[in-house]
Amino acid sequence: MMYEVIAIGASWGGLQALGTLLEGIPREVDQAIVVAQHRSPEASRGVLESLLQRHVERPVTEPDDKELIQPGHVYVAPPDYHLLVDDGRFALSIEARVQYARPSIDVLFESVADGYRERAIGIVLTGANTDGAAGLAAIKRNGGVAIVQDPDTASRRTMPDAALAASAADAVLPLEEIGHFLYGLCCP
Amino acid sequence: MALPVERGEELELEQIEIELLLEGIHRRYGFDFRDYAPASLRRRLRRRMDGEQVETVSGLQNLILHDPAVMERLLLDLSVNVTSMFRDPTFFSSFREKVVPALHTYPFSRVWVAGCSTGEEVYSLAILLTEEGLADRVRIYATDINEAVIETARLGVFPLDKMQEYTQNYIRAGGSHSFSEYYVARYNGAQFARELVDGVVFAQHNLASDAVFNEFNVITCRNVMIYFAQPLQEHVHRLFYESLATFGVLALGQKETIRFSPHESSYEELDADERLFKKVR
Repeated sequence: MMYEVIAIGASWGGLQALGTLLEGIPREVDQAIVVAQHRSPEASRGVLESLLQRHVERPVTEPDDKELIQPGHVYVAPPDYHLLVDDGRFALSIEARVQYARPSIDVLFESVADGYRERAIGIVLTGANTDGAAGLAAIKRNGGVAIVQDPDTASRRTMPDAALAASAADAVLPLEEIGHFLYGLCCP
Repeated sequence: MALPVERGEELELEQIEIELLLEGIHRRYGFDFRDYAPASLRRRLRRRMDGEQVETVSGLQNLILHDPAVMERLLLDLSVNVTSMFRDPTFFSSFREKVVPALHTYPFSRVWVAGCSTGEEVYSLAILLTEEGLADRVRIYATDINEAVIETARLGVFPLDKMQEYTQNYIRAGGSHSFSEYYVARYNGAQFARELVDGVVFAQHNLASDAVFNEFNVITCRNVMIYFAQPLQEHVHRLFYESLATFGVLALGQKETIRFSPHESSYEELDADERLFKKVR
């Protein structure tokens, strides 16, 4: 199975969790990585990317609308937009917040589930709400892989707990082990 | 982990149903959503299916074709964008700095807010132009595909609980007055001053099918074309190019690019970060 995209959702405590997770992903895993991290609509431009960029060699960017999704890149949903995927490109939206969030993890994951089906991997990390649970279930339902951060290791466990309640995860792992698991999936 | 056959078929079937629905809407009501970006469209259709309590897109199609009220509700789902006044404050400060001086050189100019939705951008620009002493010399044209949202825009009542956020945006955008001067609290709404939009022309206009209707010195269309697939984006860019005067300014959303304009080379960047472009040829 050739996976094409790794979608990651994070909220409270996500910045640190994302850093650890990204650092642990071996360079051979060259699938496009798309991140929805909850943040304030007024978040300054470029800050999240530069913080994450410290942890990885692959380029970290906020995509423009209709930008081509390329392997070996990390893409971060811009503040105050929903990020979706459409036929190999990004699509942005400013429709209403979903569960108070824009970007919404569910919106990203559901579009990834539709667009990539069994070629999608979804990962839900720490957070103090239930965003991502429905989206991860959609990825799983469409034949993709569902990974959840072990709630015992999350700085806020509500989000991983909700994700586990909503779908039968393929793996429940601490951050440090997710990279190795991805290597096993993506680099057979 | 192969995709279960039934699920794959369901997804293919849903795609067929969506195409049939959009074709039906076009033929029945004249609205053309066939060139909208699929992912967001699919989301909004599913939301309307939940709202109408139907299980399938075909079920929704049945309701829409036979009941214009359902079409009206879908149209709202498809055309309402949840934006703020002075969204991206740095855009408005750049507008003050880089666009306003040019507008001062014209005795009269026109600004087109294309896809104005419920009017947040219209009032923001009207306030900015008033403060810059341009209110009498600049006419704003505000258009949208949906009559209902235009009516909301015309009324100029925004949620009171948003005023704190909008005030902060206004200050960061370089506002020179007290934001509360522009509205009065009424019930749960903030009623904005009528004078702000006295000169504004509100009109229905469909970017996908309607033609050039005037010549403009500024066109702002922020976060509207993100819902369009690329061919429709190109079409709208052509419309904007043909509607802009030479040295006119095109303003796009923070994450929108001019790369999909067939006239990309006819523009210069006025402010690359704020997505302001000047038509130079």
